[in-house]
Amino acid sequence: MIKIIQYKCDFCGSCVAVCPEDCIEMEEATLTIDQELCIDCELCVFICPFEVLEYVETAEV
Amino acid sequence: MWRQQKFDIIVVGGGPAGSTAARYASMNGVKVLVLEKDRDIGMPVRCGEAVSEEGLKNFMDPDPRWIKSTISKIRLVSPSDYVVDFDMKARGFILDRRIFDYDLAQMAAMEGATIVTKAYVNGLLFDGDCVAGVKGKYLSEPFELRAKIVIGADGVESRVGRWAGLQTQVKMKDMLSCVQKTVTGIEVDERRFDFYLSKKWAPGGYIWVFPKGKNRANIGLGVSGKYCREKSAYRYLDEFLQHCYPNHSVLTTVAGGVPCDKTLKTIVTNGLILVGDSAHMVNPMTGGGIIPAMKAGLLAGETAAKAIKNKDYGEKYLSRYSREWHKIGGKNHERYYRLKNTITELSDEELDNIAKAVLKIPEDERTITKIFLKAVMKKPKLIYDVTKVFAGI
Ligand SMILES: Cc1cc2nc3c(=O)[nH]c(=O)nc-3n(C[C@H](O)[C@H](O)[C@H](O)COP(=O)(O)OP(=O)(O)OC[C@H]3O[C@@H](n4cnc5c(N)ncnc54)[C@H](O)[C@@H]3O)c2cc1C
Ligand code: SF4
Ligand code: SF4
Repeated sequence: MIKIIQYKCDFCGSCVAVCPEDCIEMEEATLTIDQELCIDCELCVFICPFEVLEYVETAEV
Repeated sequence: MWRQQKFDIIVVGGGPAGSTAARYASMNGVKVLVLEKDRDIGMPVRCGEAVSEEGLKNFMDPDPRWIKSTISKIRLVSPSDYVVDFDMKARGFILDRRIFDYDLAQMAAMEGATIVTKAYVNGLLFDGDCVAGVKGKYLSEPFELRAKIVIGADGVESRVGRWAGLQTQVKMKDMLSCVQKTVTGIEVDERRFDFYLSKKWAPGGYIWVFPKGKNRANIGLGVSGKYCREKSAYRYLDEFLQHCYPNHSVLTTVAGGVPCDKTLKTIVTNGLILVGDSAHMVNPMTGGGIIPAMKAGLLAGETAAKAIKNKDYGEKYLSRYSREWHKIGGKNHERYYRLKNTITELSDEELDNIAKAVLKIPEDERTITKIFLKAVMKKPKLIYDVTKVFAGI
């Protein structure tokens, strides 16, 4: 699953733009990922300019 | 209170695209509501703030309140620091977008549009297969509001199109992952745009240094999604700043994304129009999206108002907007997109060789036209094309 390090996020929307599943929701100052829909493709992880997102094995969370 | 009123058009997003669409729709006598999720129109500024005078002049007169610098020269720097300078035929401006975006919104309001901030849209309402309004949260309270036409001007992070079944996801290779810092404690030529084209500094994209006065500049970069697996945009920019401006101080840091793509194939559907970044209308070569967003905003606003008057909100009627946009912008963007793909495939060595070939032309003769005429090799022609596109941001 994708872990969000919230305090690093700048709410720029780059991750939302590339997500193939449309499972990222970005409000003014909160970012959430619908883990049910997420396919762990990691495109959001790579595109994020600020290294906010990280792939982790579910067991770690 | 806006939640109890009836509107013909709801615009999602209060950036340049949304405000301009609202302005021109209102001007044509229909009732328009703009919903912006953030607390402040135009903030934070995720933008290099460069525009061409030519592009702006159809919308407003230049105002010293929002012009930070007036640009007349371009510098392209190659990977091994070969510096190629050009004079621009037409002037460019560096804006103060906080003030500029407020003014755009104000122009819409003065035509009669209603603008609300802190209003987050999270879904669409439908009548059969026709978009018929929006769902959202205002200060955390849910609301639903119907309208005859919805205009999606919700930026690169757009989801409005997706909710209506349009394909708006940005492909990784076309997405520029950006970081920009507004820095001070440095010296820059306040009349010049600087661009660094190099795989080393910004693979698949470029670095910009846009002056905001003599000792301040927006310095940023975009890296193609194809190349940011190894290193994030943030790290690329830090390396560049350490190398070229080691004594800089930072006033602002922002992240951003630019969809450097051709315009989406489908930008209207029943009851819905997409405009600006949400429709991938950025100039794919330069990443400049303010003027395209405004040009398309004008067309979208006018078309939506006419559709309301004709009581026809169907895809067929609205597709005149797509055709008009293709004529004034979309078609050129297809050409720029091919140009971008050629440039981003060049190696650093090839970029250096192009710069060296152009430098053989004496500086006082190095006008864009002369280079074009004199260039016998194919590749200096490329730099001519690039400069011409950048000059128009
Ligand atoms: C780092 C960077 C540098 C750039 N430099 C330049 C430059 O120098 N020159 C240039 O011309 N262009 C530049 N651009 C591009 C330019 O900023 C955009 O193309 C332009 O802002 C697009 O306008 P827009 O109205 O389509 O979208 P935006 O300006 O992004 O506006 C979209 C608005 O919609 C709101 N919104 C989004 N989702 C919702 C929702 N669900 N509900 C309610 N509101 C919502 C957002 O909060 C936002 O205010 C740059 C972009 C970046 C990232
Ligand atoms: S790309 Fe990164 S900084 Fe931008 S909204 Fe997504 S997580 Fe936040
Ligand atoms: S991993 Fe893929 S599917 Fe999951 S949120 Fe990121 S981009 Fe979307």
